[in-house]
Amino acid sequence: MSWQMVIGLEVHCELRTATKLFCGCPNMFGDEPNTNVCPNCLGLPGSLPVLNQQAVELAMAIGTALHCEIRPSTFHRKNYFYPDQAKDYQISQYDEPLNVNGYLDLPDGFRVGIERAHMEEDTGKTTHAGTSGRIHGADYSLVDYNRSGVPLVEIVSAPDMRTADQARAYVTELRAILVASGASDGKMEEGSMRVDANVSVRRTVDDPFGTRCEIKNLNSVRSLGRAIEYEAERQIALIESGEAVVQQTRHWDEGAGRTQTLRSKEDAYDYRYFLEPDLVPLVPDPEWIRAVGDTLGMMPAERRARLVALFEGSGGATDAQRDQVTTVVDLGLDDLVVEAVAGGVGSALALARTANEAATDADAARALDPKTFVELLSLEASGSLSATQAKAVLAELFAQGGGDPAAIARDKGFEAMSEDSLAATVAQAVADHPDEWGRFLDGDDKLAGFFTGLVMKATRGQANGKAVAAELRRLRG
Amino acid sequence: MSAPRPALETAAMVRAGEVSAVDVLEHHLAVIEAGEESIHAFNLVLADAARARAQEIDATVAAGGDPGLLAGVPVALKDNLCTRGVPTTCSSRILDGWRPPYDATVVTRLADAGAVVIGKTNMDEFAMGSSTETSAFGVTRNPHDLTRVPGGSSGGSAAAVAAGFAPLALGSDTGGSIRQPAALCGVVGMKPTYGTVSRYGLVAFASSLDQIGPFAGSVADAALLFDVIGGHDPLDSTSLHRPTPRVLSVLDDGVDGVTVGVLTEFLDGAAPDVVARVHQAADALAAAGARVEEVSVPEVALGLSAYYLIAPGEASSNLARYDGVRYGLRVDAEDTVAMNTATRSEGFGAEVKRRIMLGTYVLSAGYMDAYYNQALRVRTRIIEGFATAYARCDVLLGPTAPTTAFAIGAKVDDPLTMYLSDVCTIPSNLAGHPAVSVPFGPGADGLPVGVQLLGPALSEGTLFKVAAVVEAAAPELPAPRIPAGAAS
Repeated sequence: MSWQMVIGLEVHCELRTATKLFCGCPNMFGDEPNTNVCPNCLGLPGSLPVLNQQAVELAMAIGTALHCEIRPSTFHRKNYFYPDQAKDYQISQYDEPLNVNGYLDLPDGFRVGIERAHMEEDTGKTTHAGTSGRIHGADYSLVDYNRSGVPLVEIVSAPDMRTADQARAYVTELRAILVASGASDGKMEEGSMRVDANVSVRRTVDDPFGTRCEIKNLNSVRSLGRAIEYEAERQIALIESGEAVVQQTRHWDEGAGRTQTLRSKEDAYDYRYFLEPDLVPLVPDPEWIRAVGDTLGMMPAERRARLVALFEGSGGATDAQRDQVTTVVDLGLDDLVVEAVAGGVGSALALARTANEAATDADAARALDPKTFVELLSLEASGSLSATQAKAVLAELFAQGGGDPAAIARDKGFEAMSEDSLAATVAQAVADHPDEWGRFLDGDDKLAGFFTGLVMKATRGQANGKAVAAELRRLRG
Repeated sequence: MSAPRPALETAAMVRAGEVSAVDVLEHHLAVIEAGEESIHAFNLVLADAARARAQEIDATVAAGGDPGLLAGVPVALKDNLCTRGVPTTCSSRILDGWRPPYDATVVTRLADAGAVVIGKTNMDEFAMGSSTETSAFGVTRNPHDLTRVPGGSSGGSAAAVAAGFAPLALGSDTGGSIRQPAALCGVVGMKPTYGTVSRYGLVAFASSLDQIGPFAGSVADAALLFDVIGGHDPLDSTSLHRPTPRVLSVLDDGVDGVTVGVLTEFLDGAAPDVVARVHQAADALAAAGARVEEVSVPEVALGLSAYYLIAPGEASSNLARYDGVRYGLRVDAEDTVAMNTATRSEGFGAEVKRRIMLGTYVLSAGYMDAYYNQALRVRTRIIEGFATAYARCDVLLGPTAPTTAFAIGAKVDDPLTMYLSDVCTIPSNLAGHPAVSVPFGPGADGLPVGVQLLGPALSEGTLFKVAAVVEAAAPELPAPRIPAGAAS
């Protein structure tokens, strides 16, 4: 039987603002507990929220990047008691969110709908002291309100995904978009991005959606995939044994590799949402929305398409090259490729050097003047430097934070070998290995690599591989 | 007759160096010393801090500086206004021991104007009540009759001004909590347009209705205080960006060309002696040149019901934070939920609990549309009803409260009767409109009657100039005689 998963994801993204959503406290991770707090984010009596303009702009940037409609919106109170919830209610957008009806295209072209991306405030953080680390059985609990009031955008996908791989790809791509839009640092391990998964199963694609469960505590893309697969199997087993799936919120236990009941629908909170009377509606005018959109750089999908297009003239990018494109864009190095090709370097070489060499030190590569990178690759393309030499010069450029590639090559003694000395080195290799040479003459082409290796070894990599091959062909006649 | 203007006169004399702020303060502290045991207007008298502040003001004057519009004027603050380092209790045990680390915006503005904060006044717990009897710290007595309530919830502020403890006081008005006690204590009390006075630092009861406003012995003094506290505040998102009307300068403008509508719905449930005073005030306005007519706004009859759904709904959320985790009372228990429950059970009084439960219910899934959302629709209807009336009239006139001050204990066990005390004041809160209560002679029992002037949003200028005419025509009210020592 061909069971199908139906997956929708809710992603909470902490915005990279200077200050919190409703007060002027610094939005900083990792500071001494309860140092970035004020009457507002401690929920002191008489305090009032004032909306952070930068948070609104980042939220609109997310909406723009996800092709959402950006609309007049309001804030509600979501009421529930919890010690790390300073006011015992959370200010959140409810039935009138800022961003609605967008979409996200996965790298393979699969489109996932975005139902909404709304603003809300984060809670503080509770640490339960005791063996379990959870509230039950704790000796005491400590609450840090530094995170209280940090701006979040919750991005709710449509239930469009059908495999764990798609869910993984969605989170990976969304993370890249959030980083590219400047809205988030995308650090899942620090909780900057938190994912909840809604999972259900059905026997065939024509069946209506099954009863779903929401899975919390997914702290990595890997956990997400494991949890979805576990949960789908659990639900399938239930149904196949004649039982029904009960709508629940479930907790992913990474160590045990399974989901556990957190609460069922019956004990779901009644949040008593109502319009937040301390705030006025947020009505961004079209001018402001446009201005935010204008500051947005290119999104990852567009960046990938831009690189793939460079291969159109040469029969299209191979699968391996498409993978390299993804790597390069994820690392934010795609401008290097584009600049190199514009400077006359072949697209294959430009992509390979960026994906293979520049990627090993992406921070240094991003800091490098693209012109310098283009100069270096031009030297390699023209044969003035061998691949090995070019890589060595690039490493030096990274180490120095820039420089003149030609000058570095000279300092390293990387002069292109004269044709005479190359011919002499090749001739020496041939003379030293008459048996192999004989087989090469008999048509064993693999031995070209053998002789090239000898020459490279003799020249400590400074010979140009293409020139060696040409010399070997010339000797064979 | 012209009402005394002690705040204006005191400030003028202090600024001119004719009297010292210290002498002004000592006079008031002596009046408090003599009468406070009988009245219990204050939760806390800040004698030492006030003396230090008065000395600063005198020093400023001596150095040739100008301390501001309220130079040396003692002001009493309702105990739901945050004062840095000074206990702010809302007359509730749940805030036991809490000292705000910051001042409310109005407190800052008072300080900037040279005022001297003399104390924190008693109130109904979290401003929920109409008699100051729900205070956790005991009832405040009406200076005109110690067996009567001062009204509420700002009963302490109203009584403090009536008793001469301070020429000015601030209160908050969510459903009439400034105007009703002002009427019952024979002083002027005013609720500004929603958004003209910052709520920053006002401990919230019902955020969409709460507004801070002045108490004073005269319309002119109330105008002075309103001018000082009003104006945009970036710390309050509901603070209006439009200029706040300045009112002190328009007091003598008279009522020529002003149309006054006597609001018939407000007369319906009022006592005959109160109704008679309203008609007398209307006649006085007509005699002074106003056009007076009867006006009906049927929607205001729905106000009370809507209010008792909206205000508790918001309150149930606003008061959730008193959970024993961060500040105030904590009653220890075996786990967090038990601690929350024990703290709230012990910390809140019966009326507050009643409203939290009512508010929680009306916001609950399945009931929200029938109750809370329905009340919001009624609120819109009331605003529309007022708009129709204000198309014809500049201001509306009616009683502030249906009766004069009632006896302590008379209504405290009957919430619905108590709630009716605010039937004439609630509609202005629902509409966000300004309204002012002006004393207008004694009722049949010799106790103060207040008449109320209502206007559309930002009509404070008109309200105050009409109020000045009403005040000038008011029959004389016997001054309170407060016996020294505790009342029976």
